[in-house]
Amino acid sequence: MPTPSPSPTPAPDEQLHALASQRWRIALTLTAVMIVLYFGFIALIAYDRPLLSILLAPGLTVGILLGALVIVVSWLLTYGYVRWANTRYDVALRELSSTKGAAGGTR
Amino acid sequence: MNTTAIGQPNPVAIVFFILFILITLGITYWAARRTRTTEHFYAAGRTISPGQNGFALAGDYMSAASFLGIAGLVSTTGFDGLIYSTGWLVGWPVVLFLIAEPLRNLGKYTFADVVASRLKQTPVRIAAAVGTLATVILYLIAQMVGAGGLIKLMFGLSYETAIVIVGVAMIAYVLFGGMLATTWVQIVKAALLLGGAFLLALLVLLRFHFNPAALFAAAAEKYGASVLNPGKLVSNPLDAISLGMALMFGTAGLPHILMRFYTVPDARAARTSVFYATGLIGFFYLLTFVLGFGAMVFVGPGAITAVDKGGNMAAPLLAEFLGGTPFLGFIAAVAFATILAVVAGLTLSGAAALSHDLWVNAMHRGTADSREELRVARVATLLLGFIAIALGITFKGQNVAYMVSLAFAIAASGNFPALLLSIFWRRFTTAGAVTSMLFGTLATLLLIYLSPTIQVDILKHPSAWFPLKNPALLTIPLSFLVGVVVSLLTAPAGADDRAHHRRMHLGEMSAD
Repeated sequence: MPTPSPSPTPAPDEQLHALASQRWRIALTLTAVMIVLYFGFIALIAYDRPLLSILLAPGLTVGILLGALVIVVSWLLTYGYVRWANTRYDVALRELSSTKGAAGGTR
Repeated sequence: MNTTAIGQPNPVAIVFFILFILITLGITYWAARRTRTTEHFYAAGRTISPGQNGFALAGDYMSAASFLGIAGLVSTTGFDGLIYSTGWLVGWPVVLFLIAEPLRNLGKYTFADVVASRLKQTPVRIAAAVGTLATVILYLIAQMVGAGGLIKLMFGLSYETAIVIVGVAMIAYVLFGGMLATTWVQIVKAALLLGGAFLLALLVLLRFHFNPAALFAAAAEKYGASVLNPGKLVSNPLDAISLGMALMFGTAGLPHILMRFYTVPDARAARTSVFYATGLIGFFYLLTFVLGFGAMVFVGPGAITAVDKGGNMAAPLLAEFLGGTPFLGFIAAVAFATILAVVAGLTLSGAAALSHDLWVNAMHRGTADSREELRVARVATLLLGFIAIALGITFKGQNVAYMVSLAFAIAASGNFPALLLSIFWRRFTTAGAVTSMLFGTLATLLLIYLSPTIQVDILKHPSAWFPLKNPALLTIPLSFLVGVVVSLLTAPAGADDRAHHRRMHLGEMSAD
């Protein structure tokens, strides 16, 4: 992490708000995806056992495949978020915090 | 399989275990010389890298319950056990998306730092400490009782001796080495556990040409196709959803997990460390698919439950079958190390609640100096260590498996709603935070007491007042509701929202 600029100037609040709400939107959407993913899996277990019992290959049922997929997809979602945040979000934050002028926001 | 060496002193297990103790005490000695301030004691001087913290988070989270318990459940019930494998993972993305970064930016050592950041210190700290201590103590009881039984079964030591050994080693790590020693104990343990489980899975798959489906097919051939399908465990869908909610949102309210985000330098490192942790934990739970069905095929559910009714010896028995007594010894030592590391993390977070939240911020208005706080934190560590030993001995022979899911339910309903509201909602007030945390904790305790788990399984009553085994389905939404309604009925906090908002997103960069 770079150290803050020697004479810290406040970031333009409106731009920070816009950036922060963008992050919350992405975070909430991904959380909703997680909830649908996991509780969808639980709902299938509870209400559609015949579907989960279908054999895709000897030994591999739809249920086992979906269970493994819930784990793998969860991890891929964290990868997607971290990649976005580390490349786009952090860069935008750093630009904001080094912008000169207290009321830099134009909107 | 009647010739198992489980229950007799195993030289390999003892050698590996002594080796683990020596290495971790060496780490503690090294860490003790670097632990001079509260920032070192609680947060390892914020010097832990994202990769290290990823391993340490995994170490803190993967308790013996998940290693032995899930492998046992899969080996005796098949698919039903896998429901837990997935459930224990899905909380991690939620921690990442909603909690990790604001927590790191707003807080110092505990999650109460965040809840109290805009509100009145004393009441919020006290309520948060109640939730933290309830979670930590229930989790500790489950781990200590599990440790006693496990060590008795695997090393042939007496239950009480085992509890005292675990307690003393854990106190030594935390008391002298603080968070730095605890972190490295977690890292060593996570590497051992992942390595051991991976090796075990590899040995299983070796016999099936590295095709997991062939393993599952062998299990189905031996014990019927039903082992690959949902069975009786989810006979009540609401129970399954309720447990799922406790697991998903409880992870984001576990004090010893949340505390780990303060050990890294900044929010970016906190975020990246969750990505590593999720990968490691997910990989581990995928391995439990193989370990569980492997134990089912090679050892058999009958032989597994003959050694331990709960099925907890499935993974050690599998290790004995595949690699003989030495490999059993290694896996036994890994399981012991696993418990030791988890109780160390729990004790440290409980000590932080007692010293940082209660003693410094609630009783002394945050004015105590760092050296004094460090002394109080160490006294709190000793106190909690002795409480853990005493509770471990008190609950000997009791069925405490439900206490882990109870700890998750309290974390999800007592800690998580207030933490999330304090981050997301500006109108959240002191009264709202305090009532939400206390309501969540107390309602969970009450409903668990009235649930079939206690009333039918333990007290042997014919029926229970409350139908669900886990109350999270009800208590999580109600805690949110209580927090929101009470906040709207009370006056706004009137704190500086702008500074708070800037600090939440910019962290150190906000500089104002």
